[in-house]
Amino acid sequence: MNSSKAQSEFLESESLKSESIVGGDTAWLDRSFAWFLQIIALAAIALLFWMGSVIFKQAFPAIKTFGAAFLTSQDWDVSQLQFGALTYLYGTVVSSAIALFFAVPIGIFVAIVTSEKFLPAWVRSPLGFLVELIASIPSVIVGLWGIFVLIPVLKPIQLWLHNQFGWIPLFSTETFGPSMLVAGVILAIMILPTIAAISRDVMASFPSDLRTASMSLGATCWEMIFTVLLPASLSGIAGAVILGLGRALGETMAVTMVIGNSDLISASLLDSGNTIPAILANQFPEALDELHIGALMYLSLILFALTLAVNVLAMFIVKIFGFKHQ
Amino acid sequence: MAFFDRQLTKPLPLGRTLFSYGMSAIAVLSTALALMALLSILFEIFRQGLPGLKWEVFTSLPAPAGETGVPSGFGNAIQGTVLMVAIAALLSVPLGILTAIYLSEIGKTSATATIVRFVMSILSAVPSIVVGVFAYAVIVLATLFNYKGFSALAGAFALAVIMLPIVVLSIEEALKLVPQQQRFASAALGANSIQTTFKIVLASALPSITTGVLLAVARVSGETAPLLFTALFSQSWIENILNPTPSLSVMIYNYSGSPFPEQTQLAWTASVVLLGMVLLTNLLSRLITRKR
Repeated sequence: MNSSKAQSEFLESESLKSESIVGGDTAWLDRSFAWFLQIIALAAIALLFWMGSVIFKQAFPAIKTFGAAFLTSQDWDVSQLQFGALTYLYGTVVSSAIALFFAVPIGIFVAIVTSEKFLPAWVRSPLGFLVELIASIPSVIVGLWGIFVLIPVLKPIQLWLHNQFGWIPLFSTETFGPSMLVAGVILAIMILPTIAAISRDVMASFPSDLRTASMSLGATCWEMIFTVLLPASLSGIAGAVILGLGRALGETMAVTMVIGNSDLISASLLDSGNTIPAILANQFPEALDELHIGALMYLSLILFALTLAVNVLAMFIVKIFGFKHQ
Repeated sequence: MAFFDRQLTKPLPLGRTLFSYGMSAIAVLSTALALMALLSILFEIFRQGLPGLKWEVFTSLPAPAGETGVPSGFGNAIQGTVLMVAIAALLSVPLGILTAIYLSEIGKTSATATIVRFVMSILSAVPSIVVGVFAYAVIVLATLFNYKGFSALAGAFALAVIMLPIVVLSIEEALKLVPQQQRFASAALGANSIQTTFKIVLASALPSITTGVLLAVARVSGETAPLLFTALFSQSWIENILNPTPSLSVMIYNYSGSPFPEQTQLAWTASVVLLGMVLLTNLLSRLITRKR
């Protein structure tokens, strides 16, 4: 009784208010609101193209001077204004490859441990949370840890690799401490949360009926994982790995701090190296000459295109194949 | 009969049993290895950084290299980080909220909205150093208000570009969780779409919007790469947003390779403060949504 009276009062006051504000027909207001929002959204899209075109414009002097030979030249001499990207491209690709070598198996195992029922739920969910916590640590702090903890810890291992397997070109040089291998390991730590979290989500969305069916036919838990779970989740895991690769290619601070920043390509992983993000971080603050800035912009453009391609690929894989079994 | 006996006493051949146990051991060891990295990072930061955490680090400037015994700290770097993250949030949050409203209330599954979502997820994957290069080209190389060069504004612009996609994607998720009936009810009472959006949808999604914004703030306050050559660094207090500006993360990077132990110590202490800021913001955002 009381409430219906209040309700009708409310309706009355509300209708009066809206009439007094907009005066009846509000269709034009709705339409202009929609248009306004659409323009804002399109501006957000334009940001990406603005970014691409600004970097391209700044890189243009270098693109004009060096052309495609930039990609295959190893020269990087600021005083002579001779620039080539090969050393940095090589370092970026190799350090990311090392990162995947370590992070993919470990990430998949972490995903299996946190999605399958080996451990009780009260252990599994904090485990997943802790591994993902790595992603929220600023990379400069991981780099600081890399300089003072990881390099000393890995140094004896690197020396051992050189002494035992020095005849393999990959381990052919004595290490100073900072090296491509250390950079790869630190990248592996940084992309592990990406790979583990997405793979876990893919595995967790796998219907448990199929697990039960496989096990009731006599498969052990691990036989079920290898014959049923992993084949079905393969494309989702592939997407996760490629997203991780995208992160590894562009990761800057931690790598810059432990890779040693040399300007030579060495076949040995125990030698110091350099990556595109690392040279950008090192040289941009002091770049003055137009051609030098241009060459650095050219490098950024390459990195931009590389990560764009990798991420679009990952998104398509996850979107098209990722949840096939759902 | 012997067959059944074997089935009951020994269900699996030795090889399959060993395979099971072996794989379980490898999986658990791999997870332990991942956790060890995390714990080692956290342990080392606190072990090295906490002893240097005194009141003076918040209130003083970094002492000149090599000078010991004078109060030394990074008050200016904290000031710079907070200032740039705040400007970045002011730039990106309103734009982000409006874009998210477009996606969840108007665009929905239309082609434009799909493209906006796609571009946002691409933008969130652009390496932060490339965003720094973009800000360098747009602001550092340009003359703004009679000033050309490194500035807090350039740093904040880079951080805003990094924040935008995170804010848009998380707020859209928050808005989509508001039940459709509430929008119908609002419209049935005569509200137009602006009133429905702001008084009903945004109001009831406010806690999860706050969470999204806080997560984005936590993410960018630790960013270093986009600040290195946009805000650069400075040894003094901030007087103008059009000057080179210090930040905690760039300070950690600059001092990490220093030959002076007191500067390395300052880097560790700054790491504790920065990590504390990031983890607290993270935790806060989780608490806000849990309360609902």
